[in-house]
Amino acid sequence: MRTNDIILQTVTKIVSFIILMFALHIFFAGHNNPGGGFVGGLLTSGAIVLLLLAYDIKSVANSLPIDFKIMVAVGLLFAVGTGVGSFLFDVPFLTHAFGEFTLPLLGKTHLHTAVLFDIGVYLVVVGSTLTIIQTIGEGE
Amino acid sequence: MIEMMLSTALVLFAIAIAIALYRIIRGPSIPDRVVALDMIVVNLISGIAVISVLLKTKAFLEVILILGILAFISTIALSKFIERGVIIERKRNR
Repeated sequence: MRTNDIILQTVTKIVSFIILMFALHIFFAGHNNPGGGFVGGLLTSGAIVLLLLAYDIKSVANSLPIDFKIMVAVGLLFAVGTGVGSFLFDVPFLTHAFGEFTLPLLGKTHLHTAVLFDIGVYLVVVGSTLTIIQTIGEGE
Repeated sequence: MIEMMLSTALVLFAIAIAIALYRIIRGPSIPDRVVALDMIVVNLISGIAVISVLLKTKAFLEVILILGILAFISTIALSKFIERGVIIERKRNR
């Protein structure tokens, strides 16, 4: 019997983008509101898990050609890099810097290097979650 | 006055969750249990909204959205397991 899940696939095409936008919002709101890298990463992997549920592993890997094990390594590199970068300014390990900048499109913005550390957490969470799920899904 | 009304709403949500829990324990088939779990999450979302009004805070609004997304994904995963036997297919056969 050929099963047809066109409702699930059509809903997934819309809802996965909403989840991704919400993950991005929660990631950037983490400094002043609840949220941060961990929840944002889990929500992003939730959106990709929804794609995996509606389609199959092979077509998701075709449309999203990312090796998630390399993603974990890049995230750890970001986290260590923000720590080591503080040595360049002769301050202790993991000292963060911040300041007010005037950007061309966004206007006056408060930028902080803790966001770089948070990007590392985000990449590690997304990479490890999707590595676990893809490894279990591909096994016999 | 408004606090009493919100507390009454919380008690009613708790009664609804208890009824759904009865359906999970006694439910004859697996789809009954899945729908009851979905209903529990919906009532939990409403309870969190009422609690965030009671505590006069906006910090729980993200929790409401995340619980909605998680309930959606988990219900789809459970229903796909019931229908096909696998949750994530390796390759679609068509």
